[in-house]
Amino acid sequence: MADPRGFLSIEPQKPTPRPIHQRIKDYKELYQPMPAESVRSQASRCMDCGVPFCHTGCPLGNLIPDWNDLVHRNRWEEALRALHDTNNFPEFTGKTCPAPCEAACVLAISGNPVTIKNIEAAIIDKGWEMGWVRPLPPAEETGKRVAVIGSGPAGLAAAQQLRRAGHAVTVYERDDRPGGLMTYGIPDFKMGKKYVDRRIEQMEAEGVRFELNADVGKGIDPRELRTKYDALLLTVGAMVPRDLDIPGRNLKGVEAAMPFLTQQNRRVFGDTPAGEPVLATGKNVIIIGGGDTAADCLGTCHRQGAKSVLQLDYNPRPPENDNPDTPWPLWPKILRVSPAHEEGGRRDWQIKTKHFAADEKGRVKELHAVRVHQYFDEQGDRQFEELHGSELVFPCELALLAIGFSGPERGLPHALGLDLTEGGAVRTDRKYQTSQQGVFAAGDCRRGQSIVVWAIAEGREAARAMDEYLTGKPSRLRGRDHSPVLVELGRSG
Amino acid sequence: MSLPPAAAYLPPAPVAEGLYDPAFEKDACGMGFVAHLKGVKSHAIVRDAIRVLENLQHRGACGCDQDTGDGAGILLQLPDPFFRAQAGKLGFKLPEAGHYGVAFAFLPKDEARRSACKKALEGIVEEEGQAVVGWRPVPVSSASIGWLARSQEPVMEQLLIGRGKAVGDADGFERKLYVVRRRAEHWAAKAVEGKVDPLWFALASCSSRTVVYKGMLKSDQLSPYFPDLADPGMTSGFAIVHSRYSTNTLPQWALAQPFQMLAHNGEINTLKGNTAWVGARGPQMKGGALGADLDKTLPLEFRGLSDSAALDRTLELLVRSGRGLAHAMLMLVPEAYEGRHDLDPALRGFYEYHRCLTEPWDGPAGLVFTDGLRVGATLDRNGLRPGRYVVTSDDLVVLSSETGVLDIPAEKVREKGRLQPGKILLIDPTEGRIVGDGEIKAEVSRRQPFKAWVGQHHLELKDLPAPTSVPDADLHTLPARQRAFGYTQEDIARVLLPMAQDGKEPVSSMGTDIPLAVLSERSQLLYSYFKQSFAQVTNPPIDPLRELIVMNTESLLGAEVNLLGETPEHARLLRLSSPTLSDEDLAKIRALDRPGFKAETVSILFPRSAGEAGLAAAMGSICAKAAEAVAGGATVLVLSDRGLDADHVAAPALLATAGVHHHLIRAGLRTRCGLVVETGEAREVHHVSLLIGYGAGAVNPYLVFDTFVALADDGMLLDPAGNALDPAKAVKNFRKAIDAGLLKVFSKMGISTLMSYRGAQLFEAIGLGKPLVERFFPGTPSRITGIGLDVVARETLRRHDLGFGASADGDDLELDAGGEIMWRRRGEFHMWNPDTIALLQHSVKKNDAKTYKDYAKLANDESRRLCTLRGLFEVKTARKPLPLELVEPAKEIVKRFFTGAMSFGSISKEAHEAVAIALNRVGGRSNTGEGGEDPARFKRDAGGDLRSSAIKQVASGRFGVTAHYLANATEIQIKMAQGAKPGEGGQLPGHKVDAAIAKTRYSTPGVGLISPPPHHDIYSIEDLAQLIFDLKNSNPHAEISVKLVAAAGVGTIAAGVAKGYADRILVSGDSGGTGASPLSSIRHAGVPWELGLAETQQVLVRNGLRGRVKLQTDGQMKTGRDVIVAACLGAEEYGFSTAPLIALGCVMMRKCHLNTCPVGIATQDPVLRAQFQGTPEHVVNYLFFVAEEVREYLSAMGYRTLDEIVGRPDLLAAADLRWHWKAKDLDLSPLLERPSSAAQGAPVRCVERQTDVLAEQLDWELVKGAKDALDAEKHVVIHSAITNRNRTVGTILSYFVTQKHGEAGLREDTIDLRFTGSAGQSFGAFVTRGITLRLKGDANDYVGKGLSGGKLVVSPPAEATFKAEDNAVIGNTALYGATSGEAYFRGRAGERFAVRNSGAKAVVEGTGDHACEYMTGGVVVVLGPTGRNFAAGMSGGLAFVYDPDGTFRERCNAEMVDLVPVEDYKDVGVLSNLLNRHVLYTGSPVGEAIVNDLTAALGKFVKVYPRDYRKVVEQSKVVQRQWELVNG
Repeated sequence: MADPRGFLSIEPQKPTPRPIHQRIKDYKELYQPMPAESVRSQASRCMDCGVPFCHTGCPLGNLIPDWNDLVHRNRWEEALRALHDTNNFPEFTGKTCPAPCEAACVLAISGNPVTIKNIEAAIIDKGWEMGWVRPLPPAEETGKRVAVIGSGPAGLAAAQQLRRAGHAVTVYERDDRPGGLMTYGIPDFKMGKKYVDRRIEQMEAEGVRFELNADVGKGIDPRELRTKYDALLLTVGAMVPRDLDIPGRNLKGVEAAMPFLTQQNRRVFGDTPAGEPVLATGKNVIIIGGGDTAADCLGTCHRQGAKSVLQLDYNPRPPENDNPDTPWPLWPKILRVSPAHEEGGRRDWQIKTKHFAADEKGRVKELHAVRVHQYFDEQGDRQFEELHGSELVFPCELALLAIGFSGPERGLPHALGLDLTEGGAVRTDRKYQTSQQGVFAAGDCRRGQSIVVWAIAEGREAARAMDEYLTGKPSRLRGRDHSPVLVELGRSG
Repeated sequence: MSLPPAAAYLPPAPVAEGLYDPAFEKDACGMGFVAHLKGVKSHAIVRDAIRVLENLQHRGACGCDQDTGDGAGILLQLPDPFFRAQAGKLGFKLPEAGHYGVAFAFLPKDEARRSACKKALEGIVEEEGQAVVGWRPVPVSSASIGWLARSQEPVMEQLLIGRGKAVGDADGFERKLYVVRRRAEHWAAKAVEGKVDPLWFALASCSSRTVVYKGMLKSDQLSPYFPDLADPGMTSGFAIVHSRYSTNTLPQWALAQPFQMLAHNGEINTLKGNTAWVGARGPQMKGGALGADLDKTLPLEFRGLSDSAALDRTLELLVRSGRGLAHAMLMLVPEAYEGRHDLDPALRGFYEYHRCLTEPWDGPAGLVFTDGLRVGATLDRNGLRPGRYVVTSDDLVVLSSETGVLDIPAEKVREKGRLQPGKILLIDPTEGRIVGDGEIKAEVSRRQPFKAWVGQHHLELKDLPAPTSVPDADLHTLPARQRAFGYTQEDIARVLLPMAQDGKEPVSSMGTDIPLAVLSERSQLLYSYFKQSFAQVTNPPIDPLRELIVMNTESLLGAEVNLLGETPEHARLLRLSSPTLSDEDLAKIRALDRPGFKAETVSILFPRSAGEAGLAAAMGSICAKAAEAVAGGATVLVLSDRGLDADHVAAPALLATAGVHHHLIRAGLRTRCGLVVETGEAREVHHVSLLIGYGAGAVNPYLVFDTFVALADDGMLLDPAGNALDPAKAVKNFRKAIDAGLLKVFSKMGISTLMSYRGAQLFEAIGLGKPLVERFFPGTPSRITGIGLDVVARETLRRHDLGFGASADGDDLELDAGGEIMWRRRGEFHMWNPDTIALLQHSVKKNDAKTYKDYAKLANDESRRLCTLRGLFEVKTARKPLPLELVEPAKEIVKRFFTGAMSFGSISKEAHEAVAIALNRVGGRSNTGEGGEDPARFKRDAGGDLRSSAIKQVASGRFGVTAHYLANATEIQIKMAQGAKPGEGGQLPGHKVDAAIAKTRYSTPGVGLISPPPHHDIYSIEDLAQLIFDLKNSNPHAEISVKLVAAAGVGTIAAGVAKGYADRILVSGDSGGTGASPLSSIRHAGVPWELGLAETQQVLVRNGLRGRVKLQTDGQMKTGRDVIVAACLGAEEYGFSTAPLIALGCVMMRKCHLNTCPVGIATQDPVLRAQFQGTPEHVVNYLFFVAEEVREYLSAMGYRTLDEIVGRPDLLAAADLRWHWKAKDLDLSPLLERPSSAAQGAPVRCVERQTDVLAEQLDWELVKGAKDALDAEKHVVIHSAITNRNRTVGTILSYFVTQKHGEAGLREDTIDLRFTGSAGQSFGAFVTRGITLRLKGDANDYVGKGLSGGKLVVSPPAEATFKAEDNAVIGNTALYGATSGEAYFRGRAGERFAVRNSGAKAVVEGTGDHACEYMTGGVVVVLGPTGRNFAAGMSGGLAFVYDPDGTFRERCNAEMVDLVPVEDYKDVGVLSNLLNRHVLYTGSPVGEAIVNDLTAALGKFVKVYPRDYRKVVEQSKVVQRQWELVNG
């Protein structure tokens, strides 16, 4: 196992992003890869924990200690194998994941976790470079047919797993390119699109069929689809954005974040996006929201040449290093500083938007807001009160709303007669099956808005459940929590 | 006399009930003999022997009834004057002396049954052609004995038997009487068949040469009970006496000793194997002196006998069938001859020949034996029992467990000696002298050309021709085979690779928290259902490293012949130096083809198509084929699972091995072949030890070797430096690791040789069904039953299918993750997992009860995921719930909590003190662990916190155990075993011994420390009683607790401990933590506390002992629910260790042994210690959460206090487990058994204090006499006589000195005590500074134990005429764990002189074996000969040995020490100073001669210089010199 004293002798080292003045001029990836030897020495900081919290911190159950050890021993190909054992697309997570594994790393107790995400990225980069990533078509066909609706990370992961189990898989995607948010949601500077493309190539070589521009529920009758296939899987995401219900919301220049980002991604592809362009160039931009999408908007605004960018958050400023409310190994609620923040812009907290004011052309001109104070009531519930006399006015020619998503679009679930949860997500049992037999759901549309790693995890687990549903036998696909065959559960469920 | 207590509950007869099984019977004792060298018979000898017995009183025991002893008895030569007189009175016509014998019968009280027995015996006598002379009722005085003994008292009668006409001679008559007795025993066994107690009719003796008077008596009751013994007609040339301390509290009349031929002090560790093999050899036995009568005596039935009785019975068979007494004794209890290069070749031949006939009966054994004509004594190879003797000028020999048992004026003493390990002596009245060891062995070993026979017929592996073909690794199918045999990634990375690299079994830390095999959802290897047995208290484990000289892994293969015969062909066996065979070795054996050797292979595969039923069918045919092969002449049977493929499944190798072994035994064929197992399944020490334990002579784990080849191919087989490792070297290392691991497993049971371990079945099964066990593993305890063959088959098929299934994408499947050692998401379940750890830490940090509840819910919820036995119980809520306010407050409950022994050294100062402060705050108790404690902690801090641990532990290493340490204890705990590694010692590597640790442990920084496996002052139960007594003396206010580890039979041991006056007994579970322990020990030794606790509770209650002790338990306790279950099962106090550490930040890294704990707990690295974030509040919060949870349970159950539910198993119910595929057949009712006496009001929890055993101590007089010294530091001199009954003298006095004057004590010689006589054991134990004890006379074992600064002088009285330097003046294990002080002994010491000494200075004139073992400090000067294995494990201090003839080197264990001349001026100074003092104090002429010409003598001294110590000293010398250069 990895060097037991490595963490004492090796300094933690993260990859450095390209210089700001350089990177904000283009949409190319922020980070330059680290030399393999540096990655190796970082991997040897892994302590071979008796209880590796990292791999419970990871929704995929990535075998982090195992591949750290393999990298430490310079056995990259085996490391890749271990990585692929739990994760179909480590490059997606290696580039975009917020890395709850690192927060759960035992070394995070003292503040310097193993740079797991970077090691993961290095392994899969090397894999592609060396040609170790190959199509793995199934040895046998089961004769079962499956349709996967939506080609985001959950859909792709499920499709690949189902195909590898020998089922005939067709992926339906309403956009012109597969990949969902991987393609149209995440800016290129975070992850280049070639990563998606070559996975699609791999999957096609394995025999997955992609139907693009195929909007199930609009052009295609979902009920008919249900009869054509032995099983359906919904991985349609949680695309309905949360909205701000204040005066002036409908003014021009008050936009949802995702279309803004999608437009830019299309431009990078060389397409001309449909509809009116939304651009930050030369504007005072206000981004409302404090999450990853907000940060993506921020980076995009810098690159588009915004005059100023201000990011506003309703919540108080989180503590910088430790938050006693979220002790290790929980995901710490602390101030996140992404590279986009380093690139510029300001942030302010505890601000409640009141209304947008328009200029004479009916375009947004300024945002009126007020400071709030957070307190806890007798029930321990969080409450906010407005501070009198703290009214603020911000100049604003573009406002981007990045305040999350409320759930999947209702049309498709409705057409299939699926039960929904109170929050509007598709309700399933523990085996990912919806209220309709043979119809499964995974990813954001099932668990609500989340991160890529969860999407892949859901897709994989759903595929395993579907495989069992389709074959009536224990699945031979690798699961997250135990190996098949060896384990016999005392009772089902 | 006394009446039974009011409740009048009687202990029932020894019947297996609940978890108690009489099979766990153990005993240990005091014994001795008095003999006239020339055989002159007198009544005085009988009288003296009885006096000896009475003076050994303290070595015996009594039970709940203070007037009932465990047993006492006397064996004498048949006193003709007495019986002639008695016969006259009765009107019998007695034949001449020698022509009649006496059968001493214990008969039923019931008239009808009695006469049936008598009639039967008469019938047998007549059938054997002897004459019934008549019955003589033996008068007894029942009034003199206890009510308990009386309740089981038999009627005693003697049958006088006349010699039949057909009998040729005296020996023939003796043989006939033997046959009569054996037949009577068979008859009795048959007559009570179906009933449980075969002993209601027994013959204490039946001989024309000897008679035995014995009973369930205390030593001083023997004579009053049998008025016969006072009759002047009772004359004998010798008399053997014995006083019994049965660990079992259900002593029986017939199990009192002596038996027919011997009396035994100690324990036969190898008993299970020995008795099984004697049974297995039965069918091959024939001929001998008994001729056709032999069959009447067979089989030897051992059921219901103690170990000593079984040995007696076997010895008797050998002697009666014609072997000489000494010959038979040496055969059964051989010395450690294997590593002895200086041994007489003929004698070596003798041993090598006889090991082909029988494996050693091994264990601590002091034996005295007789054939009625001669009397002798011997000691086992380890020399763990004391045996001292005196020869007087009037030809009397007095030999006994202690010296001073008979008052003999000094001037009459001709010689004072002691029995030595492996040595034998015999008193032969025809020669009128003691025949010594050398002479006896020379004679016996030349009776036949044994050496030549062995040379001719013995075969060695290396003599065999190279095989023509060896199977290759077949790497293509390897992954599939690995999976089919259940290999995991963890097996390869964490077990096999380290073994290949280091040649050692890997070490891990913390405890095990995975489900029992039977509760796991995963397919488990059959091996995992077995737990290794281990020795505690009744028999000591051995140190297989430091005492390697007694250990041996040799195995013999082939056909054994008639045990009773003696032919050259008996030696025709193949000798293996190790039981692990390489592929090549096995190929050689297969190819064997010569007279007497023929190997045959039986495949243990079965077709996959047969499904689950296939296994049962296969077992039948495997057994049948095996029997057929052996009947057909195969002498080596190879059970093989080679050839496993998709269609052929391997039966579990253990099942096949044990099944064939027992099948062959039943068929009477077992000893005609050796068993070899060729299996891909075995890969760990535990696996190989199981295969051997169930009969295999050798194992070929071929898949391990194939795996090494594959790893090498893959570039994964690397040495520790990272270079490629040759697979052949890996195989070699692996075999080395297995062999070393096996020795460790053997030594855990106190067994020295593989041959004694083979077939001994020293395991307990958990979760195996009764039918399965009875068929394949008969005799193995499996107390909660469990799975049957069908589930074994199902688990096997699951693995097989995994092996030959493919992954979905057609790729080779990877090995399963395993996750049994380290938690893995896809691996086995662990109770400490990311969720439970995080929740517990969050709850204590935020003091948030709600989060604790989430934690407790996860930890307690076993409705889905079974893990522990306690999880299988439901807490009944039959009563009306009580409002929570009415339940006793949490602050009362937390007082019952204690933390486990975690030493300062294994954990950091910060963590250790945080725990101590927390427990002191709540009124619970923390434990020092085995590492001493900084005296600065004994005083309260300014803030009011106390960092002193209430429990001061005393473990085998005795680190930092000083008078001061003990005086500051609230409770003193004797650690007999540790859950994570019962039966093993520990080691603190030098790099962990920093200045602070070295200071508290009284050792040198940088020098490694060893804790021996046994306490060297506890080799048996009476020794433990002695240590308890010592510690009570060391601190009369402290309570003494004894920590045991749960195992089958722990209840019996606990009863012995309760009888030894311990105040508390801790029954620890097997899963507890450790700072470092071999992997197999962490997982496979010991059993869960639930079993051990329930058994202990039941046995203590049944025997009325429960009310005298508090019962504690620990081992992975996590929640209030755990506490509730423990309470109902009988515990009143509860221990936590891992959980408080987790509260302090532990994240179960399992890196304690690497010093790299990243949270600053299990590390001494200052950088890491700075990471420690725990606070006492965290622990306090945790303990209160647990207590509150307890309260909630109590409230729901309807009880106000914990006391009300202690010992109430009826408040628990077994959960419905029908849903679980493996657990469904478990039967938990034995745990819930409530002894019937409990219902009648017998106490089920502690209700009274133990008797005050200190009341009669001599020390009270000394304390009174030393008043001026204590109060005013004035010099006082006290004179006093002393006897062997005055034990532990000077210790209470030291306590008072320490109390008053602290660690510094008083000025030298302030209290000057002068004794004359023979001192009892532990003379001068823990004596502190300022006290001097001078003894004119001699002393027993444990002189100066834990000496803490005092001074001891022992020398013979002035009147003595013997040469003191040639005689024993003190016993074994002197100065054990001494930390400072001085000692001067004018004469020789016994074994293990100055063992674990860490600071005392001593001079002695000769020592036994193992002197200066594990020493870490101090100076020892030896002026005479030493025994073997000097300085084993000695890491510090110095010894100077006077070695004029230059022979010392070969008796020294030079593994850790250098032998150098005495040249350094400082050494000369130290030596001459000690010599001068020795001469001054003892007047030793030996010392004087040396001192007078010291310069000349110096050249004859050897300095024993521990290497590590030398390194440290010399390093600092360099530093010192540099300083001198700069400043000088």
